[in-house]
Amino acid sequence: MSLKDKYLITVGLEVHTELRTKTKLFCGCANQFGAEPNTNICPVCLGLPGSLPVVNRKAVEYAMRIGTALNCEIKHSVFHRKNYFYPDMPKDYQVTQYDEPTCINGYIELPITGKIVNIVRAHIEEDTGKSTHIGTSGRITGADYSLVDYNRSGIPLVEIVSAPDMVSGEEAREYVSELRSILVATGATDGKMEEGSLRVDANVSVRQVGTDELGTRCEIKNLNSLRSLVRAITYEARRQMEIVEEGGKVTQETRHWNEDLGRTSSLRSKEEAYDYRYFPEPDLSPLDPTTEEIEAIKANLGTLPPKRRATLVELIGGTPTKSEIEQIQTAINFGLDELILAGIDRKVPAKLSLARCANEVAGLITNLDSSYVVPSHKILEVLVKESIGELTPTQSKTVLARVVEDGGVDVSALIAELGFVAASSGEMDQLVDEIISESPSEWERYVSGEDQLAGFFIGKAMKKSGGKANGKLVSKSLNDRRSQLQG
Amino acid sequence: MSDHQFVEMSAVQIAAGVRSGAFSAVEVVSAHLSQIANHEGEVRSFVTQMGDRALAGAKAVDEKRARGEELGALAGVPVALKDNMAYRGVETTCSSKILKGWIPPYTATVIERLESAGAIAIGKTNLDEFAMGSSTENSAFSPTRNPIDLSRVPGGSSGGSAASVAARFAPIAIGSDTGGSIRQPASLCGIVGVKPTYGLVSRYGLIAFASSLDQIGPFARSVEDSSLVLDVISGHDDRDSTSLSSKSYSHQPLNGEVKGLRIGVITEMLDGLSPDVERALNQAIESLRALGAIVEEVSVPAAKFGLTAYYLIAPAEASSNLARFDGVRYGVRVEGKDMNETYELTRGQGFGPEVKRRIMLGTYALSAGYYDALYGKAQKVRTLIANDFDAAYGRFDALISATSPTVAFEFDSKSDPLSMYMSDVCTIPSNLAGHPAMSVPFAGDEDGLPIGIQVLAPSFGEGVMFKVAAALEAAADYRPVPQWASTGK
Repeated sequence: MSLKDKYLITVGLEVHTELRTKTKLFCGCANQFGAEPNTNICPVCLGLPGSLPVVNRKAVEYAMRIGTALNCEIKHSVFHRKNYFYPDMPKDYQVTQYDEPTCINGYIELPITGKIVNIVRAHIEEDTGKSTHIGTSGRITGADYSLVDYNRSGIPLVEIVSAPDMVSGEEAREYVSELRSILVATGATDGKMEEGSLRVDANVSVRQVGTDELGTRCEIKNLNSLRSLVRAITYEARRQMEIVEEGGKVTQETRHWNEDLGRTSSLRSKEEAYDYRYFPEPDLSPLDPTTEEIEAIKANLGTLPPKRRATLVELIGGTPTKSEIEQIQTAINFGLDELILAGIDRKVPAKLSLARCANEVAGLITNLDSSYVVPSHKILEVLVKESIGELTPTQSKTVLARVVEDGGVDVSALIAELGFVAASSGEMDQLVDEIISESPSEWERYVSGEDQLAGFFIGKAMKKSGGKANGKLVSKSLNDRRSQLQG
Repeated sequence: MSDHQFVEMSAVQIAAGVRSGAFSAVEVVSAHLSQIANHEGEVRSFVTQMGDRALAGAKAVDEKRARGEELGALAGVPVALKDNMAYRGVETTCSSKILKGWIPPYTATVIERLESAGAIAIGKTNLDEFAMGSSTENSAFSPTRNPIDLSRVPGGSSGGSAASVAARFAPIAIGSDTGGSIRQPASLCGIVGVKPTYGLVSRYGLIAFASSLDQIGPFARSVEDSSLVLDVISGHDDRDSTSLSSKSYSHQPLNGEVKGLRIGVITEMLDGLSPDVERALNQAIESLRALGAIVEEVSVPAAKFGLTAYYLIAPAEASSNLARFDGVRYGVRVEGKDMNETYELTRGQGFGPEVKRRIMLGTYALSAGYYDALYGKAQKVRTLIANDFDAAYGRFDALISATSPTVAFEFDSKSDPLSMYMSDVCTIPSNLAGHPAMSVPFAGDEDGLPIGIQVLAPSFGEGVMFKVAAALEAAADYRPVPQWASTGK
């Protein structure tokens, strides 16, 4: 019996998401990624003696939006201080929420498996500064010296804590992917894992099949991509299975994921764990959202990914494949589902728009900055041309790439510039005449019903035209001629 | 006008004179600077003197007047500032080695308000390190002496501010009061000291000791001056979330009319008073009755647990507030072999013994497994105290007690921390309740050492509090003078 069959994995996730407020959580400094180190700072986010925090109302609103989108109850909440020493934490305590968080008891439904993952809580807290440890270890232990950038100090975060409801790295990935879709749709965050605006800690334990009691868990810190998430959980579960298998006991500890080595390693054990000495933050008043405020947030939330996904699934028809669901996720993440819906009115098949949006458009948008606006109308124009055969799939992809890159271009002019203007019917007839006369025996076989030879003629037409021929049109012309002969 | 006349003036008189042009702000400030030059060596009330800045500030006020511009309520009035409030460009130490050399890049709201009213900051005053203490002996730099009797402490923690006003270095000073740190030194130095309602005065720029208890307030040699200063410094501040949005205090002319007022004498604060203090309290009661007030004893039962609750809550908050002094970003840094050792050495050498004691106490009170029994329970006591006060205020307009159980004591006479903590037994409950209270000088003991009476009022009851204090001030025939003046030095 393999380890995989013998053990069950339990995963719970803590997801930290940066809120895209203009200013930080407790001061007026800009909430901005990538600025020169220590330029977006002031006495408050540097924790200078005598400075005091003032809550950013927009951050609270965003947190409430997130909670509402995750089906949570929005509650009276209290800020606490979490006390521990670290150089990138200017006050040596973090202002967070503890036993009275803003959002509790929510859930999300996973798109592929339909499984419900419960959300225990979502709370507001401030981010720390960012440390860079100079030296071979890359960690503070053994560093020659460390540099701290306090630009990140005080950036508003919402931490979303799931129940230990997941059973594999893949399921964790599905959860984070769906969670990210929802978070982005609320407008509260940009969900960019690569910029650290979405960071995941994973609690992993294993137990033998047939036992109920959860095994001792380890927490893996700071997983910054979906790929790391799956790899780290898979590695960690395997490590724990092997320990138990050899008669050992898993030690409760915090572990670090090393992406290059593909391994987790111990950061600190339970004995070394901090006693955070939480107590209510005396410099801030509790948050007491009114029923009206909560209702207003519900009313303004817009359509969320689960509903938008259902709409697209219906358009495609039938039971969607896993890869179609992933395409739908991607399209929704990039807000391209409206474009797909608009395509329906212009007779563009949903499957075609979906494939192009998920595979071509989204991939390109990823590399553009956050102020980028998707040129939906122009993308749609391209898709319409492809659907009526004016552009080949290859041509369409090339044109889309240019349109996404520069939303200002004129689509028709671009097509002309690229030489993708379909041959005129006269030219087309001449081309087809030529290929038929060059291969009389193949033509005869085609006429006699060997349909697969259409490919042979299309290939020839492509070669002759230097790739400009429209395969669909060539195929249609061949078929028309055969019908005439047979007619 | 002579220097002597200037330094005996009240803030109200100085501002009136400067505004009318009877004399200049530069004359006023110069007189106070020479008083400092003559006697600061004996008193040591300042950590940092600001003479040059003060003269420049005074000149600016005079020029403003020359241009015909409107002058503020404290035009040309020198003010001494407790050195736990940030002042842009001026070293701010909390009388701690750990902050030595720290120059804030910003200014506390209170100081901005004082300066925009025309007040002239003349120096940063000494305190018990991080405002922890009742004698100013815990300053890392030097103890401050009581100007009334230089062999005695001025009280604390705002001892430098209290001493500076008693010594005529300034007519007014600013302190902070977490458990009595304005009222107790006011009592011991024979001046007026006010702890306003929590939230009435912005704490932005006050280096926190215990955030939920700290409140900034004035020292003065008259009730009227203290009321005027509170008017200037109170009011909402967007930068302090605990500053109250609507309530502000407005200075009114005080007539000391207490006829018909119901004034309670707190039973729980009658025990443990020295005979002289007890006698003074009884005189105060008689005086108020003579003025037509109805004075009766009233019990505030939970008040007797105040000291215990305070020594859990205040150190707990302090243990967190003082964590940031770690040598990483500012102040003293003692390098160790790694980060943890650097923290340990920096804090081990940077903090004095009383601060360490309270950090330890507070860390313990918040620790896993002890929180509910210690910090949690203390917070419940706090609620009980507020409730018991509220019940008393259902029957009384104001309450009185002694401010301090004793007069100013000699240096090194309270080496046991607990006996020092007992100095604040009458003042602490107001901080826990968040209510206003003040000390007004009322009598002297056999040796002429000052005794203050504490007047307490419900939240935002500053109006009635000042009224009762003004009546006691008028009834008192006691005016303490500095030792050098009484002995003709």
